[in-house]
Amino acid sequence: MMRREWIALLAGLLVAAVMAVVPWFAGDYEVSFGINLLQFGVMATAWGLFSGPTRNVSLATVAFFGVGAYTVAVASDVLPWPVVLAIAFVIGMVLALVVGFATLRLSGVHFVIFTFGLAELVKQLVTWYEVNVTKTLGRYVFLDVTQHQIYLLLLALLVVVLLFGWFVRRTRLGLALRVIGADETVARHVGVNPAFAKQVLFAITSGFIALTGAIVAPRWTYLDPAIAFSPMISFEVVIMALLGGATRLLGPLAGVVPLVFLFELLSARFPNYFSILLGVTFLVIVYFLPNGVTGFVERVWSRFRSAATLNRGGGR
Amino acid sequence: MSTPLLQIEGLTRAFGGLVAVNRLSFSVQPGEIVGLLGPNGSGKTTALNLISGALVADSGSTLFRGHQLRGLPAHRIARLGVARTFQLVRVLDSMTCRENVEAGLAYHKGGAFGRAAHPRAEALLDRVGLGGKAHALADDLNYIDQKRLELARALALSPALLLLDEWLAGLNPTELLAGIDLVHSLRRDGMTVLLVEHVMDAVHSLCDRCVVMNAGQKIADGQTAKVLDDPEVVRAYLGEEDRGDEEARATAGAGHA
Repeated sequence: MMRREWIALLAGLLVAAVMAVVPWFAGDYEVSFGINLLQFGVMATAWGLFSGPTRNVSLATVAFFGVGAYTVAVASDVLPWPVVLAIAFVIGMVLALVVGFATLRLSGVHFVIFTFGLAELVKQLVTWYEVNVTKTLGRYVFLDVTQHQIYLLLLALLVVVLLFGWFVRRTRLGLALRVIGADETVARHVGVNPAFAKQVLFAITSGFIALTGAIVAPRWTYLDPAIAFSPMISFEVVIMALLGGATRLLGPLAGVVPLVFLFELLSARFPNYFSILLGVTFLVIVYFLPNGVTGFVERVWSRFRSAATLNRGGGR
Repeated sequence: MSTPLLQIEGLTRAFGGLVAVNRLSFSVQPGEIVGLLGPNGSGKTTALNLISGALVADSGSTLFRGHQLRGLPAHRIARLGVARTFQLVRVLDSMTCRENVEAGLAYHKGGAFGRAAHPRAEALLDRVGLGGKAHALADDLNYIDQKRLELARALALSPALLLLDEWLAGLNPTELLAGIDLVHSLRRDGMTVLLVEHVMDAVHSLCDRCVVMNAGQKIADGQTAKVLDDPEVVRAYLGEEDRGDEEARATAGAGHA
């Protein structure tokens, strides 16, 4: 491991430690806002781990998030909370394996549409089940879990997801995904099985997203399919990851922080125009920052460096 | 004669009504350099795609060291020891030269990954004339260097059979000589090469044997000098009377051969 990576790792852990201490000094509103930040931080990072290298834009995020939340709503009466969290993670993975089996052969816009449709399908299935079998659309989650605990769990999950991403980049699987993203035909011809590589990463990152849904579920108290499976969540995750830059591990976080602030501001000040403003934000990001903030910073930096090299009379 | 390294029998692939490769049969002996020739649109690249698994044949068989390749996905074929370059050069733009080669090293037995792969990748870059460019982005290379990089990536698979699709096209005379030397050196290392090529100097210098295709079918197979004198081969290349290349191809595509 290089020295720079050790420094980055230590700095990251330091930031996490500081963030872990914050809730003891902050009010309810700040902790709640912190939960927003962390929940999107986890989801956008997990999304970027798969969609960044493979360039398969998934709109199924909320399907996994909602399934995680529903696992809690259904099982938390009978099972202890940690067991329920573990089950949510596994269900998320299994669902992703099933979905991946059907979709990962698709590419480009077909994949986008299919994942979007899938999220809606899951929502409709849950709705159908609740209406016809349980006869009530909503569920109540009464768990003795405080905001503070949710905050800490999400923070720990974010650390795990980042470490996982950092680790994967060092494995053959990580290289395979980058090769697939650059040119899938080449990937096949160097011996990579693209379907398998995508499947593995899609399943694990989806498990993380389901776990996020399970962790934040007690926050809502009342849960119905329209809340847990709101497609808005999928879109927000995509926008955040793209704003930050999905090809870098920390890229999505660079998009999460400003956008969670912005969405908070918009929904407080202009609740009626929220969707429109969200759409405009999306357009602006895709149009002006196609490689995200991190891509933009990198480009400016490399231009600055090559200018410096030229000034010294270097070059090739 | 020893058992062939590659034996193709009756390989056929149609795209809609066009039979791009039509009952193609030929074999390649270990250590040979065989040229796959033919006018544009005669099915050479499709034939390579069928061998490498980029396309699946409608019928026929491709035996490689006793393995039936037909029906196997490309990644399995690559792991068995068949590597290739592409007619339109394909490098991994967003990755460095060394990473491009390491992609070729990582996914087969006898390969390497991580720190162990660095020196091997750099040695391969040296070999194709890209020494010192390990950390350059593939996207920043010129066309010729991208072709070299693609070859280095194919060699990283330590293939028994190397498929080159017009790898020598577009080189200037000096580069061409260097390229020919490089392919010769591959044979000295025990590699068998099947190459699609239009540069006749290279074909004469490199190929022991040539297979000539026209309109999807094999029209000649034998020693390079003999094959290139074959009247049917000359006719396929130059066309009949004073027809242009396009017309000749259209006629050929309509089942002339």
